[in-house]
Amino acid sequence: MEVVKPLLYILVFPGFLFQFVFSTYLEWMDRKFYARMQNRRGPLYTGFRGVLQPVADILKLFFKEDIVPARADRFMFSLMPILGLAAVVTAGLYLPVWLFTPYNSFEGDLIVVLYLLSLPSLVLFLAGWFSVSPYSLIGATRVLTQLFAYEVPFFLALLTPAVVAGSWQIQKIAVYPWTSGSWWVIGIQLLAFLVALLTLQAKLERVPFDIPEAETEVVGGPLTEYSGKKLAMFRIQKDILMLVGSAFIAALFFGGFPGGLWIGGLWLLVKTSIVVFLLSVIRASFARIRIDQIVTFSWKYLAPASLVQLLVVLILKGNGVL
Amino acid sequence: MEESVFRLPVGPQHPFLKEPAKFDFDIQGEEIVGARMNFGYNHRGIEKGCEARNYYQAMYLLERVCGICSHSHTTAFVQAVEEIMKLEVPKRGLYLRMVDCELERLHSHLLWLGVAAHEVGFDSLFMLVWRDRELVMDILEKISGNRVNYAINTIGGVRRDITDAQRKEILGIMKTLKQRLDYYAKIGTHEPSFVGRIKGVGTLSAERAAEMCAVGPFARASNVATDVRKDDPYACYAEMDFKLITSDLCDILGRVIVRVYEMIESCTIIEQLLETMPEGEIALAKVSRRVPEGAAVSRYEAPRGEDVHFVRSNGTDKPERVRVRAPTLANLEAATESVIGAYVADIPIAIASIDPCFSCTDRMAIVLRDRKRGTRVTTWEELRRRGIEWYGKNKGIRF
Repeated sequence: MEVVKPLLYILVFPGFLFQFVFSTYLEWMDRKFYARMQNRRGPLYTGFRGVLQPVADILKLFFKEDIVPARADRFMFSLMPILGLAAVVTAGLYLPVWLFTPYNSFEGDLIVVLYLLSLPSLVLFLAGWFSVSPYSLIGATRVLTQLFAYEVPFFLALLTPAVVAGSWQIQKIAVYPWTSGSWWVIGIQLLAFLVALLTLQAKLERVPFDIPEAETEVVGGPLTEYSGKKLAMFRIQKDILMLVGSAFIAALFFGGFPGGLWIGGLWLLVKTSIVVFLLSVIRASFARIRIDQIVTFSWKYLAPASLVQLLVVLILKGNGVL
Repeated sequence: MEESVFRLPVGPQHPFLKEPAKFDFDIQGEEIVGARMNFGYNHRGIEKGCEARNYYQAMYLLERVCGICSHSHTTAFVQAVEEIMKLEVPKRGLYLRMVDCELERLHSHLLWLGVAAHEVGFDSLFMLVWRDRELVMDILEKISGNRVNYAINTIGGVRRDITDAQRKEILGIMKTLKQRLDYYAKIGTHEPSFVGRIKGVGTLSAERAAEMCAVGPFARASNVATDVRKDDPYACYAEMDFKLITSDLCDILGRVIVRVYEMIESCTIIEQLLETMPEGEIALAKVSRRVPEGAAVSRYEAPRGEDVHFVRSNGTDKPERVRVRAPTLANLEAATESVIGAYVADIPIAIASIDPCFSCTDRMAIVLRDRKRGTRVTTWEELRRRGIEWYGKNKGIRF
C-alpha cells in the first residue's frame, strides 16, 4: 500500500488525471466566456453544452500523423513536450487541496512551484530552437524576450502574500486569512493580484500577450513544426498551466480551499473559475501588443506596481498592523 | 552586421494571407530592412476568357474577378460598353447601381476592419464587425438574390427593381448600422492596445503615395485626395452630397479612420439615393448584342480604390480586348515599401492595410519581339501626355 499511494497521488489525485479533467473543464469555460463576450455561442455539441470539446480536440490530435522535421534534433524535439508536461503536473502536485498538505507541503515550496512554472517557457524556447525553421526561431526568441519581461513582476507579485503571511509555504499563506481572521488583507493585496493576473496571462501566452505564437505573424511560433501527439502534449501542458496558475493565484490571494473534500473542492472550482473568467475578460478586450511594447509595459508599470505593493505591505508589517 | 540580416519568406501560403502571394523580408533582429514582393500564383486568364465570350457572358465572368468587389468590376465593364454603344441608361437604373455600389463598399470595408483587427489579434472586434457585416449582406441578398455575386448589372441598366417595403427596410438598417459604426470608430481610434499597434506603423508620405500612384482609401489615408466619385463622377455621383474623407496620419491608424468614416458616408449616400429615387424604367428595353467598333476606358471607385477597365470592340458580339486593372496592383508596391522600418510583428497588418486582393490582380504579360516591324515602345512621358490630352478633349478635365 505504501508503494501504491504515492503512485495514486501522482497519477490520479491531485496528479495527472485530476488535473487533466479539471483543466479541460477550465478550457471549456474559458472558451465559453470568450465566445459569449464576442457574441458567439462557443462549443456546443460534444457533451453537455460542448463541455467535452477540449478533450475531443486533444484526442483528435493524438490520432493525427506525427511529423518530425528532417533538420530538427530528433531527441530534443521529442523530449520537450514530455518535459514541459512533467514540469506543470509536478507544480500542480503542490496545490493546497484536500488531504495532501501534510504529504507534500514544506517550508519553501512556493519557490519550487515558481521554478516549475518557469520551466514551460524555457521548454517552449528549446522546442522552437530545436525545430529549426524561421518561424520557430522567431517564436523561440520571442518566448525568451517575453519571459524576461513578465517573470520578475510575476515573482514580485507572488512575494506579497508570502510577506503578509510571513511564510514561504503555500499552505500557510493560503490559510493565513482563516487563522488570523483578518480578511481585509485580501483588500490591500489587490494591486499585486492584478499584476499576478496580467503576468499569468503573459505566461500563458494569451491575448494581449500571445506574441510568441501570434498566428498571423509567425504561424504557430515555437510550435509551428509540432504535430500529432507532441502537439497534443503541448495543448495539455497549456491547459494544466492555466489550471495551476489560476489555482495558485486563488490560493495565495483568496485564502485557499479549506474544508475537506466537498467544500474544499467547491472552493477550488469557484475560485479558479473566477480567475479564469478574469483571464478571459482580459483576452477578449485587448489587441495583441508588440514585443517591444510588452517589455516597456512590464518594466514601466508592472514591476514598479508590484514593488509599491510590496513596500505598502512591508510598512504595514513594520508598524505591527499585520 | 551584414551577416545578421536574415531572410524571412512570407507566403505563398501563410496564415495572414488569404490568397497566395510571396513576400521576402530582410530582417535584422526584429526590424525589417528590406522587402520584395512577387505574385502570380493565382493567374486565371480572365481577360483572355472575356475575348472568347460575348458581352453578356463576359460581364458574368468579370463579376468573378473578385469575391468582394464583384459589383465594381461589372459596373466598370458595363460603363465602358455603354460608352462605346452611346447608351443613355435610365436614371432609376443608375440609382440602383449606386445603391449596390455603396452597399458593396460597406460590406467590403466592414470585412477589412474585421480582418485588420484579426491581424493584430483583436478577435473581439473582428467577431462584432463581421456580425454587423451580415446586416449588409442580408440587404444585398434581399435586393439581388445573392450574397456575393449579385448579377444585378446588365448592359443598359440593372436587372432587378426594389420595392417600397425594401426601401424602408434598408433605411431602417442604415440607421442601426450608423450607430454601430460610430461605436467602431470610437474603438478603432481609442482602444489603447489596438491604437498602440497601428499608430505610426507602415507610414507612407503623401508625396511618395502620389508618386507611386496609390489609389483608394490607402492613398486617402496618406492625405492624397483622390476619389473617382469626386474627380471623374460616373453614374449620378455628381448629384450626391458626400464628403471625401482623408487623413494626414499617413499610417495604418489613418487607414482605419478613413475606412470607418467612409462607411458612414456610404450610409449617407444610400439614404440620399433611396429618398430621392426617381420613378421609371430600370433598364433600356432593347439593347443590341453587337457592339459597334470603338474603345473606351472606364474608371470606377471600387471599395479598394480606382478600378480601371479598358474595352475595345470590333463590331461583333465579342470584345476584342478587355483589360482589368484592379486597385490592389496600384497599391501593392507602395504597401511593400511602407513595411520597411517596421517590426516583424507589423508585417501582416501593414500588408493587409491596403486590403489586398491578389486573385483580382494577377495577370500575365508577355512582350513578343516582332522582328519585322520592331517592338513599339511607348514611354511614360508619351503615355502621360496622351492621357492628359484625351481627358482635356473628352471629359473637360484640366490637369
